[in-house]
Amino acid sequence: MNEMSGVAQIPLSYTLGLSAILFGIGVAGVIVRRNAIVLFMCVELMLNAVNLAFVALSPYAGLQGQIFVFFVIAVAAAEAAVGLAIMIAVFRHRESVDMKNFSLLRW
Amino acid sequence: MSPNVNTVLFLFFAACAAGSALAMVTRTNPVSCAMWLIGTFFSVAAIYTLLGAFFIGIIQILVYAGAIMVLFLFVIMLLNLGHDYEPDIRGTGWKISAAGAGLIIIALLGRVFGGDLPRPLGDVAGPRMLAAAQAERGVVGLIGIPLYNQYVVPLQATAILLLVAVVGAVVLAKRKA
Amino acid sequence: MLLLQEAAHAAEALITTDNGFEPVLPWLIVGLPLLGFVLNGLLSVLAARRALPKLPPVGDPYYDHAHDDHGHAAAPARAHAPALAAVGGASEPSEQESLDHGTDAHPVDRAAARHDAHDVHDAHGHDDAHDAHDHAPAGPKPFTHTLPSLIAPGVLIGAFVLAVLNFLKMRGVEGTHHFALSSAWEWMSVDTLRVAAQLQLDPLSILMTLIITGVGSLIHIFSIGYMKEDPGYPRYMAYLNLFVFFMLILVLGSSYPVMFVGWEGVGLCSYLLIGFWFKEKANADAGKKAFIVNRIGDFGFLIAMFLLFWNVGALDFATVNHNLLSGEKMVAFGGAMITAVALFFFLGATGKSAQIPLFIWLPDAMAGPTPVSALIHAATMVTAGVYLVVRSSVIFTMAPAASLVVALVGALTAIFAASIGLKQWDIKKVLAYSTVSQLGFMFAAVGMGAYVAGVFHLMTHAFFKACLFLGSGAVIHAMHHALHSTHNPADAQDMRNMGGLRKYLPVTFVTMAISTLAIAGVPPFSGFFSKDEIIGAAWNGAQGHSFLSGASLFGIEGRYWMGFIGGTLSIAAFMTAFYMGRMMIYTFFGANRTGDEERKHLHETDWTLKLPLVVLGLLAAFGGFLNVETEVPVVRSLNLFGTGEALHHWLEPVIAGASEVANQNVGELGEFHHAAWPIFLAIVIGLGGLATAWLLLSRRALGTADTQAAYDNGVEKTLYNKWYIDEAYDAAVVRPVRGLSRLFARFDMGVLDWIVDLFGRLAQIFGVAFGRLQTGQLNTYAFVLVVGVLIVLGSFVAL
Repeated sequence: MNEMSGVAQIPLSYTLGLSAILFGIGVAGVIVRRNAIVLFMCVELMLNAVNLAFVALSPYAGLQGQIFVFFVIAVAAAEAAVGLAIMIAVFRHRESVDMKNFSLLRW
Repeated sequence: MSPNVNTVLFLFFAACAAGSALAMVTRTNPVSCAMWLIGTFFSVAAIYTLLGAFFIGIIQILVYAGAIMVLFLFVIMLLNLGHDYEPDIRGTGWKISAAGAGLIIIALLGRVFGGDLPRPLGDVAGPRMLAAAQAERGVVGLIGIPLYNQYVVPLQATAILLLVAVVGAVVLAKRKA
Repeated sequence: MLLLQEAAHAAEALITTDNGFEPVLPWLIVGLPLLGFVLNGLLSVLAARRALPKLPPVGDPYYDHAHDDHGHAAAPARAHAPALAAVGGASEPSEQESLDHGTDAHPVDRAAARHDAHDVHDAHGHDDAHDAHDHAPAGPKPFTHTLPSLIAPGVLIGAFVLAVLNFLKMRGVEGTHHFALSSAWEWMSVDTLRVAAQLQLDPLSILMTLIITGVGSLIHIFSIGYMKEDPGYPRYMAYLNLFVFFMLILVLGSSYPVMFVGWEGVGLCSYLLIGFWFKEKANADAGKKAFIVNRIGDFGFLIAMFLLFWNVGALDFATVNHNLLSGEKMVAFGGAMITAVALFFFLGATGKSAQIPLFIWLPDAMAGPTPVSALIHAATMVTAGVYLVVRSSVIFTMAPAASLVVALVGALTAIFAASIGLKQWDIKKVLAYSTVSQLGFMFAAVGMGAYVAGVFHLMTHAFFKACLFLGSGAVIHAMHHALHSTHNPADAQDMRNMGGLRKYLPVTFVTMAISTLAIAGVPPFSGFFSKDEIIGAAWNGAQGHSFLSGASLFGIEGRYWMGFIGGTLSIAAFMTAFYMGRMMIYTFFGANRTGDEERKHLHETDWTLKLPLVVLGLLAAFGGFLNVETEVPVVRSLNLFGTGEALHHWLEPVIAGASEVANQNVGELGEFHHAAWPIFLAIVIGLGGLATAWLLLSRRALGTADTQAAYDNGVEKTLYNKWYIDEAYDAAVVRPVRGLSRLFARFDMGVLDWIVDLFGRLAQIFGVAFGRLQTGQLNTYAFVLVVGVLIVLGSFVAL
């Protein structure tokens, strides 16, 4: 758009700051949520934060940023599909998606 | 800095996004979490648009909010979640640790991003180039043409990946006869 | 002085270039007993191997079964079982037990009840213990038990012949040339310390060698008759040869370290031989006690060597004497350093030669076979201390205070031990305490500077004490035999069971009587001359003619000490005569108390038991004429050889250094006055002691060991119980050491182990703590991941 050339853009630091905030929130969510589905959602949130950072930097660093975001979204979709399928399979065994019931990642 | 309309809009949507994210993380009902996440996605899509990445913004809504979140909601519904007696959030200690970790991440990242970031294409020349390319190719073409020319291999790979994911999802979730 | 210069040369070169005479195969003197040890040792190992029970070959029953003709699976197992049962049933198969299972011509000895007989013996253990072990069966002996009879005395006689050859060679040259060194290899060569494996042949060492090999040969011959029935015979001969080897190293060594090798070696052999019948705990304990007490003395010896090297710069005798005499090393006469060296050497000597305070092992050492007591505890090992002092005569002369201490301790030991000997019932114990007492005489002599008198008494003591011990061995042997034949469990060594044996054991009686007269100091027997010289030296010193007369100890002047010593020694001499007389009376005179049946079996046996007694008896009778004083008219008339004081002349080069020191520092002494009155006093004491014993005791009715109780009350009981010295040591030393060790054990287990456990516990704590990280919860892992990211990110941001 014409606005892009000459008109002051959104300061880069603002967008990156938002990206950082979203990422932080996502991290906190991963640590604190026990529901596997919600945990996954927080992971998606983190991915979004990263996408935002890519898009924000792409005018200054090249088009690769937006291309990469494209791929990230595609892969996130695939990942969501498979992950949720796993959770369904797990739920069938344990009747629960609460992480406190799954402590098999021990010795 | 001057109160640019873009900036103001950006700030508004940023607040929406952050607020929705916080809400998502703290809700107990998984459906509520999903809805708030959708809100976050919409806000981020708006920000993409404000940043000039129109295609990505639309894709964000179509794929993320439209497909992924629908999938999430389907699964939540399938598993009949949300009726637990106790909220599936970890204890207070963990909440504090999480909040602390999150804040520190934000602070560190802020430090990193607040500093001088390299801008290889130039401060003004970069966006101008992007705008010129967009004017030349169109919104979709901006992403589409490089995608099918330089990045065709990753594109095909992603296609296979999606195929595998679909098949895998079906296999995994299939009820054993 | 010429000698010292020569010695200095020899010391600096450590190569035998300046030998006064060419020694004849000196290393063979030492090597022959070692060869004997090796050969006898091999024979004893062979005997032990042959004595092992024959077990059937052990194999896997499965595979044995496969080779079995009969095809019985149980057959091999069954074959094993009875063999194992046989082994398990018999007591530990040993050379002693299995030789038991042979034919025996004396069925009377095979009564099973005798196995219980060994419970009846007194707590100190003694010869009777070997009664419990069955004798080897009658019938042809295997070569392992006949060869030692040839090898062991053979090597000793060979060594004696060599010693005689060297002695004659030495006599062939004039007095200043009586010195030869013979090096084998450089043992220690560190900075300024040069010690070689080197033998020194000088008058003193040759004399000692003659005594050791000569008396040793006789004792070996005696041992043949005494011990040939013992199943451990080759082992015994091996140890005996090893002992002589070490003793010869001790006296022939040219430096203190070489001497110390021999010193420790004889201590070891003493342990091996005292505990020869180690199956009885009391015997093993006696061996241990001897070794441990000796070790305490060894500590003193070591400290003295260290001090000596540190201050004088050398450890071989020639260089030490040279350095001390020439004043190079600035060692002060009578100074603290040299006094310390002398006293530490004396500590070593008290351990080896059983003086106060370390004499306690010698009475217990009577647990060993009697020839061992004769060799080790009469003639040789216990004289090592005296030899040490005479060798270090320069050191002791330079430390008059230490010499006085030596003399004093010697005199006190003499009277102390004599007092205990007055009331003992065991014949060997009497002789043991007599040995301690006579050693006290020797130390009193060398302490007072009368080195030749000390060596002279050493020599005569070797003769008559060995004769006495061997005689008692013959008595015990005969008593044993008699009591055996009637299965009498009585103690063969207790004098209360003896009496009137002179009818049955005439040769033994005569030789022991001669030796008793010698030890009592009755002229013209040997002991008279040697004892008289010692007491004469004491009186001489009391009159101010000794280099010690002017020295002072604890504030009292030397002459008063020497007067005290003279008096003490005189009393001890009287006691000696008394208890020796008592012993002879109870053993050989009066009515026989052994029992009517047993009496029929009392008789003397082998020539091997009689010959050494005769030879030693002759030496005890006439050995004194080697050093007859020339000045005293009465004595001179007894002199058969014309030249008096032969030993004095012979040993002059050895003590020249000490005389030099005395002359340099104390000044010219007055002439050694040979007064006549000490001689008469000695005769009176000797005869008087014997007469008193006869008058008091000969008509006393005495019961056997069962009927006549050991002393019950008062002074007698104290003397019989050896002044309760062992109990005192137990309370004063053993118990505190045990308590201290318990304390240390508690510290070790409580504190040190606790610290070590702490590390283990810390590891455990950390392990548990870090284990808690593995919760299995994905959220936790994610948190840890985040923390890691924060750290990495933070470090990048910070840096």
